[in-house]
Formats: sequence, C-alpha cells, structure tokens
Amino acid sequence: MSQDQKHQVLKRKLGPEDLRRFETPAIERESHGQTSAKSSVPDSLSTVAVDFAGVTKSYGNKIVVDELSFSVASGECFGLLGPNGAGKSTIARMLLGMTCPDAGTITVLGVPVPARARLARRGIGVVPQFDNLDQEFTVRENLLVFGRYFGMSTRQSEAVIPSLLEFARLERKADARVSELSGGMKRCLTMARALINDPQLIVMDEPTTGLDPHARHLIWERLRALLARGKTIILTTHFMEEAERLCDRLCVLEKGRNIAEGGPQALIDEHIGCQVMEIYGGDPHELLSLVKPHSQRIEVSGETLYCYAPDPDQVRTQLQGRAGLRLLLRPANLEDVFLRLTGREMEE
Amino acid sequence: MIEGFAAALPANAWNWVAVWRRNYLAWKKVALVSLLGNLADPMIYLFGLGTGLGIMVGRVDGASYIAFLAAGMVAVSAMTASTLETLYAAFARMHSQRTWEAMLYTHVTLGDIVLGELAWAATKAFMAGTAITIVTATLGYAAWPSVLYALPIIALTGCVFASLAMIVTALSPSYDYFVFYQTLVLTPMLFLSGAVFPLNQLPGAFQQIARCMPLSHAIDLIRPVMLDRPISGIALHVGVLGLYALLPFFLSMALLRRRLMR
Repeated sequence: MSQDQKHQVLKRKLGPEDLRRFETPAIERESHGQTSAKSSVPDSLSTVAVDFAGVTKSYGNKIVVDELSFSVASGECFGLLGPNGAGKSTIARMLLGMTCPDAGTITVLGVPVPARARLARRGIGVVPQFDNLDQEFTVRENLLVFGRYFGMSTRQSEAVIPSLLEFARLERKADARVSELSGGMKRCLTMARALINDPQLIVMDEPTTGLDPHARHLIWERLRALLARGKTIILTTHFMEEAERLCDRLCVLEKGRNIAEGGPQALIDEHIGCQVMEIYGGDPHELLSLVKPHSQRIEVSGETLYCYAPDPDQVRTQLQGRAGLRLLLRPANLEDVFLRLTGREMEE
Repeated sequence: MIEGFAAALPANAWNWVAVWRRNYLAWKKVALVSLLGNLADPMIYLFGLGTGLGIMVGRVDGASYIAFLAAGMVAVSAMTASTLETLYAAFARMHSQRTWEAMLYTHVTLGDIVLGELAWAATKAFMAGTAITIVTATLGYAAWPSVLYALPIIALTGCVFASLAMIVTALSPSYDYFVFYQTLVLTPMLFLSGAVFPLNQLPGAFQQIARCMPLSHAIDLIRPVMLDRPISGIALHVGVLGLYALLPFFLSMALLRRRLMR
C-alpha cells in the first residue's frame, strides 16, 4: 500500500476530531501518529521486528518482567508505558541481549536474542535513558568513535557524519565539546549516534526524561522524522502524553505484566469511552454522592474528583449553584486509562 | 551459563582496537600532563632513594645502588601506571561515565571492552616504563643496547597488573575500595619483590612468597637486561607473567559479566 492509499484508508476510519489532528502541521504524521491507532498492526507492515513470547525475568525474589508477550511490526512506533519500576528498562536490556531472560523467547529482527544478540545489534540503534556520550570529545569525535565500535573505518564514518549532524541539527556544533551542549542537543546527538550503523530498529529508553518542553518537542519531531524514514521504534516512557502522541500501538505495563495493549485512541475508547470532568474546589466525598447517579465511573485523587460522564451537562446541572467549584471538561486520555487499569483510588 | 559467557568473550582478534583507540583519543588531549604525572613519582623515588640511600648502601650485587634500583623502579612504574588506569579510569568508564554501556549497544562484546582496556592500560605502563628506561640509560645507569630487551617485558608487566586490577574493578562497589588493594597488595609486593633491596636479604619464608609475586618475576627479567647480565630461567619468568596476565583476564570477565549483564 502506498503512503497515499494508506492516507485515504486512515481518513475513512477517522472521526472529525481525528481529522482535525490529521490536518495539524505535525510533521510526517500520516502513517504513524494516533491516526493509525485504530488498526492494530498496519496491513502493509506485517513483518515482525521484535517478538517477546512469555518472557520472565526476576532478580532474587522480585519478578521484574512477568510472562510478557508482545510483538512489534516493522515501521511502527511501539510504546512500553508504565511507571518507574514497571520493568521498562529491563525489557530494553533484554532486547539488546544485555541481560538474559529466565524464561521465554525473544526474537529481534529475525534473530534469537540473547543467543545471537551481537548479530541483532547490527540492526539496532539505542538512545539510552542516561546520557553516556564521551564528554571530553567533540560532537564529531563522538560519532567517529562510535562508528568504530561497529567496525566502521574513519572514512566510512566521515561519509555519514554530515547527514547525522544535519539530522541532529548540530551542523554548527560539530567541533564543540559535548560538555558545552545543552541537554536537548546532547539528546539529539545521542539519537544521531544511534543512527550511525543505519539501524532498522531504534530503542529509545525514556528519551525526553529530564528535558525542558522546548527540547522535548524537538525530540518528538526528530522521532517522527525517523518514523517517516521507515524506522521501527520501541519507545519506553512514563509520559502518557508522549505515548499518546507518538505511538502507533503501546503496551501498558504494571509490575512487569502487560495489562493492556493497543492503539492509544483504541485503548482510550475501550477503557474510558467518554469525556472526563474534573471537579475541584469542594469536598470530593460530599460531591461524589451528588454526581454518582450521572456518572459511568468516578475516581477521587487527592482533592480532585474525576467524573467519567456520558452526559456532562447532567453533572453540571447537579452542581449548579454550588459556590467555589471549578469544573474542567476534557477528552479522556491515556493517563485516565492507566489510572483505571492500575486502579488507584477508584470507585466504580 | 557457559553459552552466555562464550557470548561475552572477545568477538574476534581486532574488535578491542576500537576500545583502545577511544582511550588513546581521550589521552591525546591530556598527553603531556598524563606523562609527567606517570613519570614524576618513580623518578622521585629513583633519585631520592638512589642518591640518598646509595651513599649508605654502597654497591649492591656488584652494581651501584641507583643502577640496582633503576630496574626496580621501571617495573614498579609499569605496575603503578597500569593499575591506576584500570582501577580509576576504567572504573569511571564502566561506572559513572557509562562509556562501557554505550559500547555494549554495538558490535563490541564485554570481552572486547575488557581486552581493549587491558591493552590500553598496558600501553600506558609501556610509556611510563620506557620513559624511565630512557632516562636511566641516558644517565648511564643502564647498559645500552641490552636495555632494549626490557621494553617487551615492561609491556607484559603492564598487562599483568592491568589484568589483576580488573578483578578489583569488577568487584569494587565504589572508588573507596581501591585503597585496600593498593595498600594491602601492591605496597607489600613492592618490598617483597626485590625492587628496592635484593631478595636474598629476606628470611627464607618471605623469599618463597616473593617467588609467587608477579613483580619479582618482572624484575628478575628487567634487572639483568638493564645491567647487561645473563638471565636465568627466562621461560619460567615469562610463563608466570603470562599466567598472571591470562587467568585474571578470564576471571575478571566472568565477574564483570555478573556485574553488568545480570
């Protein structure tokens, strides 16, 4: 299926709100944003890039990854979403063959891992959670040295460095030391470094953690540029917004288990299916009894009442005349899904 | 388990060069300072002890004390240079800078990294030891040209102590633990290996212990070539040094694999 055909198919599947998103200037969004969320794995991208089957890993008595199964199609952006400690980084390490699973099988780019991890890594680029660039080297030297780890000669690396610098928007910083770069620039360089071996698969572990909003948007934009080039991306994150924006599909992790899997919008529709009204400024427990008859589900978190209401106007009417209340009506998002699935302070 | 260990071994005979070159590039940026730092300590010992004690001691084994000491200091400088590189610098690359982690994303295996680090530490030992050899030979404390035979032994000594220090690096939770190895292993070895005084001054039991120490075998090879004397038991000395280089390499690999790839 060509990009245009795919575009048409997607348009047919989408509602008016999705179409507005579709028309936004977000770069190269056509085949990879939330827009494709409703289809599970795009038909044209049936090759499996990564497959985890019943993978378990524990450290001592602590089970970090529990009977985890998922597969990622070539060309898609797959998210591993979960709070800190959900096992995201361990999954990324197992995928790279840097740690062995206790049970289950892992296949990456058609190669069994960890048995043939070195061969698999030939086709993988990694953007780690913690910056591990060589601080004392210049931007160019970092790329050159990293190319050598893949057996690339200086000449081979120098041939690709200009395009990598362009990708990272670091053309003018080629001879600057890494220690002189901002956090966003460093992360861009790490992304460029991950591309030196022209990988098919890019593993990004918390790529925007610790970055300011401006840098975060830059990284997202660069990430979409990679998807437009047909790269497969595995993204671990605890930012719901990031997952919602970027991932074609994602799997929600809790204590190393896959508790839900699907496209972001599909998950929102399936688990929430209506708008959310946030109510704050009053005693949430008192308000709860008032709005309960008109809500599908209510959740109290701190002093805020989250009201999942099919008809928000009825809730509004119930609360009319009460002073000091603030109401915010918003579309449901992945965070709502996550809270629902992990069940924090919830009341059905 | 065995399969996992095999996967962590060096991938081929040349992959480690990329790791060595990374360290060389970093070193080039601070080469002068690094060289002076590595040279200052053994030079001060050589001339401080050599001239000071030399007056009291007179001749040792038929050579001036300073010429006797020079061979010891060459071996000790190789030992110190490669130990410090592997303990502090390699530990930083493994632990705080996460350089090894970045390497492990690539075609390089853990074995390649360890081998590259050992080769680099041995290179630094070679540079330090060679510089002192040149100085002592220039001042007439070492015989020319037999002193040239000392160079490969210096490199081998560097390998031995890098390899041993890699075990400490693999086991240490933090930098603070390195001092135990330095004070409880290296310092006694300095006095038990004939670096500063002849071994036959020691009681018999200590002489036996000394024969197990890698430093004494290095000195037994370096001293005769620097003083242009015949060497006895070359094969034994080289064999012991070879084992000291090889066995800790595999042991440290296994320990590092347990530490980094669990």
